[in-house]
This record gives sequence, C-alpha cells and structure tokens, in this order.
Amino acid sequence: MPFTHRHMLGLEGVSKEELLYLLDTAKSFKEISERNIKKVPTLQGKTVVALFYEASTRTRTSFEIAAKRMSADFVNLSSATSSVTKGETLLDTARNLAAMRPDAIVIRHPASGAPHFLAARLECPIVNAGDGAHEHPTQAILDLLTIRERKGRLNGLTVAIIGDILHSRVARSDAFALNALGSSVRFVGPPTLLVPELRAWGDVTTDLHEGVGDADVIIMLRIQLERQGKNFFPTVDEYSRYFCLTQRAVARAKPDVIIMHPGPINRGVELASDVADGPYSVIMEQVTNGVAARMAVLYLLINRPREADIEAESGTQAATEAEAATPRLRRRVG
Amino acid sequence: MMAANERVVMDAQAIERALARVAHEVLEHNKGTEGLALVGIRSRGVHLAARLRDKIQAIEGVKVPTGIMDITLYRDDLSRSKQQPVVKGTQIPFAIEDMHVVLVDDVLYTGRSVRAALDALMDLGRPLQVQLVVLIDRGHRELPIRADYVGKNLPTAVTESVEVRLKESDGHDEVVIARAEER
Repeated sequence: MPFTHRHMLGLEGVSKEELLYLLDTAKSFKEISERNIKKVPTLQGKTVVALFYEASTRTRTSFEIAAKRMSADFVNLSSATSSVTKGETLLDTARNLAAMRPDAIVIRHPASGAPHFLAARLECPIVNAGDGAHEHPTQAILDLLTIRERKGRLNGLTVAIIGDILHSRVARSDAFALNALGSSVRFVGPPTLLVPELRAWGDVTTDLHEGVGDADVIIMLRIQLERQGKNFFPTVDEYSRYFCLTQRAVARAKPDVIIMHPGPINRGVELASDVADGPYSVIMEQVTNGVAARMAVLYLLINRPREADIEAESGTQAATEAEAATPRLRRRVG
Repeated sequence: MMAANERVVMDAQAIERALARVAHEVLEHNKGTEGLALVGIRSRGVHLAARLRDKIQAIEGVKVPTGIMDITLYRDDLSRSKQQPVVKGTQIPFAIEDMHVVLVDDVLYTGRSVRAALDALMDLGRPLQVQLVVLIDRGHRELPIRADYVGKNLPTAVTESVEVRLKESDGHDEVVIARAEER
C-alpha cells in the first residue's frame, strides 16, 4: 500500500503497510548517497522550507542534505534570526512562508501539535521534525530502517526504550511504529520520567537491568536537561548510577543486541562511552540512514498523486487527514 | 488473462530467436566481450538483460557484468503520474567508466525512458559508449533517440498499447498488442 498522506505529522495511526512502503522507499534511496555524484534530479524546481523553533544540527542538516541530493532548493529559517523575535505568531510566519509557494515546510517546534495546527490551516505539505514531547516521525523511520537492516525484520522483536521517556518525542514515534509492526516495547526510566499512559504501547519498568533483559534492540534517550523546568531526579550523578547503559547492563540483553541513540549523546550520563563507541552501537548507521529516510518522506509527500487519483485508487482515507490530525497525546511540558 | 481485444505479436519462440540474434549482433558490433556491460532498465529490461547475458555466455564463455537501473528518480513525468511510482533502486556493482554499456529495455516508444536512463547512467560515470537494445520498437518517438538493436519493429497506433510479458515476472513469454482501454 503506497503512502498517500498529505503531511508527515507523526506515526501514530500509520499502518504497517504504509510504514513498510516508506522503509522500502528509503532503502532504495541509500544508494544515491554512496555515489560519486550524490544527486538525482527528482525534485528539481521544488522548494523545501525548514522552520526551526528549536536548536538542531543533525535533523536540520539531514533534511537539508536529503532535499539537496534530490535537487530541491532548501531554505533555512531559524527562529532566532527571523521575525519570530519581533513577536510574529507561528501561524502568521507560516502563512507568509506558504504564500511564497514552497512545496513542503519542515517544522520543529517546542509545542506539541504545532505541525498539526499548521497542517489544518495551510495547503502546503507539512513535515514534523519534532514537536514538543509528541512525535519525531522521521527519526523513528530511520530507527526502523536501521533495525531492519541489522535484524532483517521488524516483527517479534523486544525493544527497550530507556531514559527520559516523559520528554521524548522519539520514544513516542518509535513506540507507535513498533506496535504497528508487531514488536514489543519496554519503557525504562525513573518513575518521574515515565508516563502511565504509555502502558498502552508497552511494558513499563524502573529497573534498567530488568528492562534490557533479552532485548533485541536498546534505544537510549538523551536526558533533556534543557526541557526540565523542575527536578525530575536529585542529581545527574544519581540518575546515571541507576540508568546509565554500561557494558554490565548490556550483557543482560541478547548477544546480538544493537544499541541506538537519537543524539546528541550525554557521554557518561545515559550512555557509557565504551558502549557508545562499542561493537553493538549502530548510532552512526542511524545518522546515515537519516538522510535516506528524509529523502523518502520528501519524495513521497512532494510527488503525492492528485487527490482525485488517490480516491480512484483506494477509496478515501487521505482527504480528511488534516481534520483528524490532532494529537491524542497532548501533554503539557515545562 | 487474455482480453478479447488483444493480439499476440510474438510468442515465446519468437522472443527467444530475437534475443539470440541480438546477442550475436551485440558481440559482432563490439568485437567480443572486452569492456562490455549490460544494464537492464526496470522492470522487464532487467529480465531481458539477464537473458542476453546468459546467451552471450553460451556463445563466448564470458559472463559480462550486468546491472539494474531504476529510472523513476529521473523521469520527467513524476508530477503527472496518477500512482505513486515505486522506487526500487539502482544496482550497478561495477564501474561503468570507459565501458561499452548496453542498455536493455522491453519497449521503445516515446524515448523518454531512455532519456531518463541516459541521464541516470551519466550520473554514475562516463561510459566510453552507450548502446540500446529493445525487444520492441513501436515508433512514436518524442525525442531524437533510436535503438542500436531491435528484436522486432512493430508499427502501432498511439491508441494501442504494447505489453511484453516474460516468464520471470508474468509466468510466460509473449508480446501482445491491445487497443488501449480508458486509462
């Protein structure tokens, strides 16, 4: 089943077939980055605008490289150097950008649901590059791509997601997708950083060693110190004593476990340096796959067939997407 | 499934004979297999390229390098297509630099696929020469492109469609011509 959504807002509600189609598309894009001439003319004459209200190096660069490898023009906007500092609202900024007729807007915003808000009001395809503590779909797609390359499958796996679950949009996107694909998820962290609602998507434990037991995949999350308005644990030292992934903890997982991290790593806080650089670590593969994942998303959204043709092909589905695109997990943070 | 408005223009044996002749022509023209490579255009060109490789091996005892090309990303009609084209990827596991590259496709029609394939090929390197094999040339070119080796020239009307069916993908070998339905 092709992926015919108008926007890429999140992976909640995206079907297994759509996810596999996205992953197959991403996989075929990997070869382009290995060529001498790393460019194909696919999105020639298309414009992608990146609107980032939060700091980012990896994600923004990855989107930019992805767009440029497909010959799209890429315009970068960070809130610090734009009219946002003059008090312009998100909707006004986005409307003005949309009036310049871009073919896609990539947005990162500290408020959960900001991309959905724009998607319901603008014609232009919106790509969520991280909204608050809600979703970060392209990160999950690259995670899935990496897992499938290493494990050869995405069903029947045990995946431990460890750390700052409360603030992690990566944890949510990964969990939604892994559930849809038939793998089981374990959330591990201190009680103050776990969300009871997440039981709907996996087991929840506060014991690191129990959490990683027999895991096929370990996804470590960064402790988001900048997002924590108040103290969720006494000290960073104490946190890392209980939740830092060390060789000793890794030994409890399956012998062929892979360890992932969305970056940036707080070395020695959530991930011991020898584990981050060790043989189980696939963190750099994730970064490589990120470009292919974002190429696939931009390609599928910008080359989306016309509405009438989609309906003729598969009934309805996509048309009412914008209205339905309000996040269910609306936690207020900070 | 054989619709009423279909007519078979090549059967399995005819396809086999045409490919055997083309294999000989390719070898004759290139004076052997030195520097020769085959690249099949997805999807049916891939099967035809594999068959040509086997025939060349049977004649000369040499297995020429054979690759697969996906031209989806180079098409000029992406934004016009009704369905989302599936990208399956290019696999050319050898350097095409200074090679005699023989592109293989099933049907030559407007020439736009071949234009896309040429662009894709040039992005991978600089071949010494590019030649084109097609099983069917049905005319109606929209670009100045011609085939070097043709299995069968088939005069058609624009309203007709030509379909190549191959064992590898369709269960049996045949080429049919059909009055195009409403598409």
